[in-house]
Amino acid sequence: MEENIKKIMHVMRRAPHGSIYTYEGLEMILIMAAYEQDLSVAFIGDGVYALKKGQETEGISMKGFAKTFMALDGYDVEKLYVDRTSLDERGLTEEDLLVDVEVLDSAEIGRRMNEQDVVIHH
Amino acid sequence: MNIGILLKEGPYNHQASDTAYKFAEAAIQKGHRIDAVFLYNDGVINATKLGDPPQDDRNIAERWSALATEHGFEVLACIAASKRRGITDELMIRGGSITGLGTLTDIAIRNDRLLTFGD
Amino acid sequence: MLHTINKSPFESPSMQECIRFAAPGDPVLFIENGVYAVQSSGRYASDIATLLKTNPVYALQPDLEARAIGSLVEGVKTVGYDGFVDLVEVHRVNSWL
Repeated sequence: MEENIKKIMHVMRRAPHGSIYTYEGLEMILIMAAYEQDLSVAFIGDGVYALKKGQETEGISMKGFAKTFMALDGYDVEKLYVDRTSLDERGLTEEDLLVDVEVLDSAEIGRRMNEQDVVIHH
Repeated sequence: MNIGILLKEGPYNHQASDTAYKFAEAAIQKGHRIDAVFLYNDGVINATKLGDPPQDDRNIAERWSALATEHGFEVLACIAASKRRGITDELMIRGGSITGLGTLTDIAIRNDRLLTFGD
Repeated sequence: MLHTINKSPFESPSMQECIRFAAPGDPVLFIENGVYAVQSSGRYASDIATLLKTNPVYALQPDLEARAIGSLVEGVKTVGYDGFVDLVEVHRVNSWL
């Protein structure tokens, strides 16, 4: 059944909390994870903020879903890519992130993106 | 070619639903098959039938309903996104229904293409 | 892989992000407010000219017309919705929302 496995990449491009896209994107990833496809998640642009340590959302009455990204590993979603340029532009380093990720050059993420059957931006 | 469409934005606020519709129409005209339109985020509002735009404006929900029923595909609203926004089965257009994200995964798997439209 | 961009470059970094990740040779299609990028006189005309050296660039004609954009960076091709479908026949799609 190998040929029926699709490569699906979710691309997180927005900052969390200001809109629902990141959160509902995460919900989509969690469901898709149960279908044993070749899933990956790339964090690009403001999307990298979703992984920032220390987010306290109580004051804005929103669910703090950042930690859910840590659980992805348990759903066998292990391919988490973060764009190095996006981190640099925002004065962030890998140390600032909640989750163990692969920090990659844009060209390398672009190469992996290009191998996908399906790409969904959130 | 078999095509799935993921529509992530509601009608009117943004052009996404119009572009998706125009694309679907053109694809069908060229002999391709639209397998399904899956609605996510505020996109679920595209499948509600109570909208009543002014006479000189397009009726986006009705237009989807007509295209879907004529060409045998479904307009599927995500259940989690629908519940969050107060969208129920009774509000669905003809050709529309509420389903889970697993269905989107199946759509992604079984089609030659999955196109996303949104904001 | 076909890349679509639907945001004005004056509003959003979508175009810059897309260009950073797109592979040489991949077609880039501007739709909706994205079409403001390909105006010959705009601030982003030089970015489009640079992109054209490595990638085919398209803009959706009905979106150009709706926005009164007549003069495009040289080399940008226009397509209708049917041309959009033609591109999708050949390429998998990456929509930079």
